Amino acid sequence: MTESANNEDLVMVQTYEIEAGNFTLAGEAASNIKKLLRQLGIDAKIVRKVSIAAYEAELNMVIHSLGGIMRLEITPKEIVLKARDDGPGIEDIELAMQEGYSTATELARELGFGAGMGLPNIKRCSDKLHLQSKLGQGTYLEARFFL
Amino acid sequence: MKIRTIKELLDARLIAGEDFLDNEVLYACGSDLMSDVLAFVKEQTVLLTGLNNPQVIRTAEMLDVSAIVFVRGKTPSPEIIQMALERDIVLLSTDHTLFEACGKLYEGGLRGR
Repeated sequence: MTESANNEDLVMVQTYEIEAGNFTLAGEAASNIKKLLRQLGIDAKIVRKVSIAAYEAELNMVIHSLGGIMRLEITPKEIVLKARDDGPGIEDIELAMQEGYSTATELARELGFGAGMGLPNIKRCSDKLHLQSKLGQGTYLEARFFL
Repeated sequence: MKIRTIKELLDARLIAGEDFLDNEVLYACGSDLMSDVLAFVKEQTVLLTGLNNPQVIRTAEMLDVSAIVFVRGKTPSPEIIQMALERDIVLLSTDHTLFEACGKLYEGGLRGR
């Protein structure tokens, strides 16, 4: 689908299941990712960027999707964050990338989210962002962070 | 500014993180919008908020926020306090409003960026 890390270079792969609508658990995967990267001795600035992107991606899946899988790949050269959900998909990606545009629920807003900053923030934190989506099928997000 | 000084300036009550009161924070941010906080906050920041839910702690964790001040006398639930304890985040509660609390810290020399 997109360029994947060369298998020989893979140092570590972790996958996390993300449950739709579960705001109590939201952030647990990002929290585990942060702990793992810290343990691996990754530079604190990069840990912070990956953590923020992972948290935003996780929140997006909790708020908008029907659930999905987040996958973290670590190679000597880069960290790749992949988030794949089961739908419903993004109607207009360009619009979704605009700061302030949001389709979040009232509940998400009450919790302090849904301001339309998530995807732009993932873009800001990552070195390369790939996003593809099909209505009725789902969304695939891939963010790369160079080491 | 030391977190201890923030506590004094805001007449705040310590809820969690006594061991970290002498840690330094460089910036402050006052917001109820975690989306904005996630997009703009730097590390070693104190977050002032009227929002009181577990996602405030999660947000602080991702950003390496050192301390959270709950305004208007809000007290977090035991679950939230436990989350902060596990993450070495200081929790304070002040009776001041968000506006007043931010004003007092600004007056004390703390800046936003």
